[in-house]
Amino acid sequence: MKFSKKILTAAVCAACVAAPAAWAQTGKISDGVVKIGVMNDLSGVYADLAGPGSVLAAKMAVEDFGGKVLGAPIEIIFGDNQNKPDVSSTMARRWLDQEKVDAIADITGSAATLAVVKIVKDKNRITLVSAGATTRLTNEDCTDRTVHWTYDSYAMANGAARVLTEMGGDTWFFITMDYAAGHALEKDATDAIKAAGGKVVGAVRHPFPGSDFSSYLLQAQASGAKVIGLANAGSDMATTIKQAAEFGISPKQRLAATIMMITDIHSMGLKATQGMVFVDGFYWDLNDETRAWSKRFFERHKRMPTMIQAGMYSAVMHYLKAIKAAGTDDAGAVMSKMKAMPVNDFFAKNGKIRVDGRMVHDMYLVQVKKPEESKQPWDYLKLLKVIPGEQAFLPLSQSTCPLVKKK
Amino acid sequence: MFEWLGITPQGLYGQLLVGLINGSFYATLSLGLAVIFGLLNIVNFTHGAQYMMGAFVAWMGLRYFGVNYWWSLILAPLAVGVVGIVLELTLLRRLYRMDHLYGLLLTFGLALIIEGGFRQAFGISGEQYDIPEALTGATNLGFIFLPNYRAWVVAASLVVCFFAWFVIERTKLGAYLRAGTENPQLLQAFGVNVPVLVTLTYGFGAALAGFAGVLAAPIFQVNPVMGSNLLIVVFAVVVIGGLGSILGSILTGVGLGLIEGLTKVFYPEGSSVVIFVIMAVILLIRPAGLFGKEK
Repeated sequence: MKFSKKILTAAVCAACVAAPAAWAQTGKISDGVVKIGVMNDLSGVYADLAGPGSVLAAKMAVEDFGGKVLGAPIEIIFGDNQNKPDVSSTMARRWLDQEKVDAIADITGSAATLAVVKIVKDKNRITLVSAGATTRLTNEDCTDRTVHWTYDSYAMANGAARVLTEMGGDTWFFITMDYAAGHALEKDATDAIKAAGGKVVGAVRHPFPGSDFSSYLLQAQASGAKVIGLANAGSDMATTIKQAAEFGISPKQRLAATIMMITDIHSMGLKATQGMVFVDGFYWDLNDETRAWSKRFFERHKRMPTMIQAGMYSAVMHYLKAIKAAGTDDAGAVMSKMKAMPVNDFFAKNGKIRVDGRMVHDMYLVQVKKPEESKQPWDYLKLLKVIPGEQAFLPLSQSTCPLVKKK
Repeated sequence: MFEWLGITPQGLYGQLLVGLINGSFYATLSLGLAVIFGLLNIVNFTHGAQYMMGAFVAWMGLRYFGVNYWWSLILAPLAVGVVGIVLELTLLRRLYRMDHLYGLLLTFGLALIIEGGFRQAFGISGEQYDIPEALTGATNLGFIFLPNYRAWVVAASLVVCFFAWFVIERTKLGAYLRAGTENPQLLQAFGVNVPVLVTLTYGFGAALAGFAGVLAAPIFQVNPVMGSNLLIVVFAVVVIGGLGSILGSILTGVGLGLIEGLTKVFYPEGSSVVIFVIMAVILLIRPAGLFGKEK
């Protein structure tokens, strides 16, 4: 009995000594752990372009960072938001209030993204958006706790429309999905076409989701436009492209996708997609660095990364570096560091985060290869042009973000 | 002639033809539903999943076993039919004496499970299935550049529809089927094995869905949710045609395809609603549908 009491005392004393040491080490990290919650569509329409691949990319960033920051462990958790704003809001509140999550990342579905960034701002944490596409995130709905990392609808629609118009495709017909995102894509592209001296000869708005697109394609054909702009995404876009080839409309009239991912090309095949031109934020076969990282990703995911997944890695890595530099995980201090430090990794060279939260980096105008040009699996794209960051994204002077006006 | 509509006659003919093509899909799918409802009194919500399975079986056959399109056209419906028969024997059979609602819930749940399984296994982006070599290319009809494969789809589905109609309405087997719909007990008393008849009918309905799936594979993306996108429209077709009416479902399928095609030209935003508007109007005027008989 006496003996055990002694041990107990010793243990308590040891604990007294050890605890402050541990405290000192992780003192700047709230709750002793840095937790990043990856929230996206794990099973629905966006599961292939973000989904489990984004979760893996975030985990890889943590592993490469060493698993710890300022002595505290880093943890990745994830959840399926089904692209729904209500599901996302509930999940975000639970993560932030009960599970002590420090940053929420990815977030598929524009409405869901907008809902989450507001909650995160209220709770004074950070959102790292990679999957969300809407430009509202860096305009009327911007916050000083949001970073929009990989791409947005402006960069995608504007880039493809401007460059194709300049290349001679000066008459356009749009096949647009009939909801906010489709209309926004069409509008951004139309502005760019007009600015570059082209014109839009017609447009058709199809219900979402659509099933058969041949009727719209025949209308596009009858319009005689040189370029058919597809302001739709996912399986709708895939079916449109497939049927355009079937009716002999492409390649006579060029198809331009506004939002296209490498996984879409993989599922449709090169035969149907060859020659298509679109804007991408990342391609695995750009240089040695991108190849090396993508190879590691491929070994674990069995698919090459989309720009969203590569951007996810880059965003998480930058966030962790900022915590280390700030010496704390306090959201305000970390955000200042994130905005102060340039982003330099395989994904972005000299990327910088603007005051409105837009991470500005180079985008790529790419073209889908012909089947005979493809030398190996996933060898799908050739680079036509690097679009410098300043041209790729909406200029800061045009941003309607209140943070910009304050200056 | 049509200038006042803002479309050239050529354009209009092209659109009508496209409508006819979609209509023949609707006809094949709604035919299967009508057959199943007619005899089993089951609202088969698994139909969309069975259509999707037909497309996937064709794709898997080509990808893993080198089975070409033509063999798939026979084998995939058989495979889907067999799966249907197993479902009927193990699950559906227990529900015949109960309210329609239970059959609906069961088949709806099964559809979700099947789609979820395919989504888990193949992802959501879908897979690519090429048009068979013999049917590639297109014919210039003057007013439209008609892909040969589309022409084949119309021909194949009309033949299958006619065949099904003929078997059910004009043969002895069909007579048994129709008698089973009216009064199963009496038919059994004549020595006809009604349970087997019912099982085979369900298998046949499922096989029709599988057949439509194979036809659709080269046109649409082979995708786990391809069936659920189409199913609601097909249900509307069956309801408009008159639940359980074979001829009604075929004619309505083709007719609605045409109407939908025209809507896509003149008011594309309304093309997903037009069928349901028609359904509502028809149900107000003729509650049993265009070709249905009130009981």
